[in-house]
Amino acid sequence: MSLLATQDLTIRFGGHVAVNGVTCAFQPGTLTAIVGPNGAGKTTYFNLISGQLKATAGQVTLDGHDLSGLSASQRTRAGLGRAFQLTNLFPRLTVLENVRLAVQAARGGAHRRGLNLWSIWSDHEGLTLRAHEILEAVAMAPKQEEVVANLPHGDQRKLEVALLMALQPGVFMFDEPTAGMNAAEAPVILDLIRNLKADKSKTILLVEHKMDVVRELADRIIVLHNGTLVADGDPATVIASPIVQEAYLGIAPKEAA
Amino acid sequence: MNENVLTLQGVHTHIGAYHILHGVDLAVPRGKLTMLLGRNGAGKTTTLRTIMGLWRASRGKIEFNGQDVTALPTPQIASMNVAYVPENMGIFADLTVKENMLLAARGARTAQQMDSQRLQWIFKLFPPVEKFWNHPAGKLSGGQKQMLAVSRAIIEPRELLLIDEPSKGLAPAIINNMIDAFAQLKASGVTILLVEQNINFAKRLGDSVAVMDNGIVVHAGSMKQLAEDEELQHSLLGLAL
Repeated sequence: MSLLATQDLTIRFGGHVAVNGVTCAFQPGTLTAIVGPNGAGKTTYFNLISGQLKATAGQVTLDGHDLSGLSASQRTRAGLGRAFQLTNLFPRLTVLENVRLAVQAARGGAHRRGLNLWSIWSDHEGLTLRAHEILEAVAMAPKQEEVVANLPHGDQRKLEVALLMALQPGVFMFDEPTAGMNAAEAPVILDLIRNLKADKSKTILLVEHKMDVVRELADRIIVLHNGTLVADGDPATVIASPIVQEAYLGIAPKEAA
Repeated sequence: MNENVLTLQGVHTHIGAYHILHGVDLAVPRGKLTMLLGRNGAGKTTTLRTIMGLWRASRGKIEFNGQDVTALPTPQIASMNVAYVPENMGIFADLTVKENMLLAARGARTAQQMDSQRLQWIFKLFPPVEKFWNHPAGKLSGGQKQMLAVSRAIIEPRELLLIDEPSKGLAPAIINNMIDAFAQLKASGVTILLVEQNINFAKRLGDSVAVMDNGIVVHAGSMKQLAEDEELQHSLLGLAL
């Protein structure tokens, strides 16, 4: 199980409080969408959870264990999986090589077993097989031999999701996973997320601006505004709330007749 | 004056060993908004970059207002009143928001010399541009950088805007502001060529449309016609608009 929680999580940049005392728990089997205006602190909140940024105050816990002192890579090994925005791909390797490396890392690479070339070589087939399965799932198998640097943006995003799947984390963090994809391509990623949801042991966090996606996938929505958690609840209620209607969707309040 | 601001005839582009554009034919009518649609990897971004001279066309001809610009360097194309918003936004992270805007407002050397009416219009469309005016642009969030990138392109009146996915990463309220802004620019006579995956954008703003696949334009016509023809949408885009 992967119960993720943040307690009074805060970060200041100079005089600016980008994330301000956010306390929130995320249950396994639940997909929580995080919405809010641009600059509300959504990506910064993700950075604090995944360890890319160090909190000024507050805690991040996973199944009750405090992760606050851990680096980003230690948090990944503890079970936090995050799709970065194109920063963790190896641009000069092929699609297949990228995924195979992630599968290898997930199975425990040389740092755990010692540098045993025999075991790495004998695993090769198994790693490739698993990498193939994942590429099929994200509809990238036809492009497995292409060098990542030459892929269009949308395909690079799919590959990021593939890497995340290879790591098999307990917590999945998605930051606009369908950005740069057209309406025909996005369903592949959305189906994947739906499948993850069906596995009730996974905790899923999703930053997303496309409200149709949020409506369809989210079990719960939290709203950040100026770094503060301002709304939390089931999707219908939160979407109907004045703060979301006005500050986020830009729908003017109905004037009294 | 030509009916088309911009035309591409049989344009080929190679990037390293890769042959990306295979003879693009495209006409961008004056004062209209043309949507460039197509799946990922179809060649849309490469087409915009080739128009700007950021990739060199290896064959074919690009004309702007009847003048051959195929071999011109990028700054010269930009100085003909063409603005380009690239996919990666091209924000100068170490400069402030104000300094980023000043670089784009070529007629102004100080903020006071900028067209204040236009600036107020931009502030209203994209409030974070005003809020973070004196902050380093690198500190902006992803969506705020996108707003700045579009603001730079529209701070001065331009004849042609080339914009690569302006709605990416933006909150719905801001997307609505952007749709309004492009409609206003269009009404003032600006020609816009837009790559966009947001179907709402395409339907609300598009006058004409070109659909690309495998490095060529496979369909060109009016947005209205495409919007009404579901069979055509499926065959071209694999989806219903």
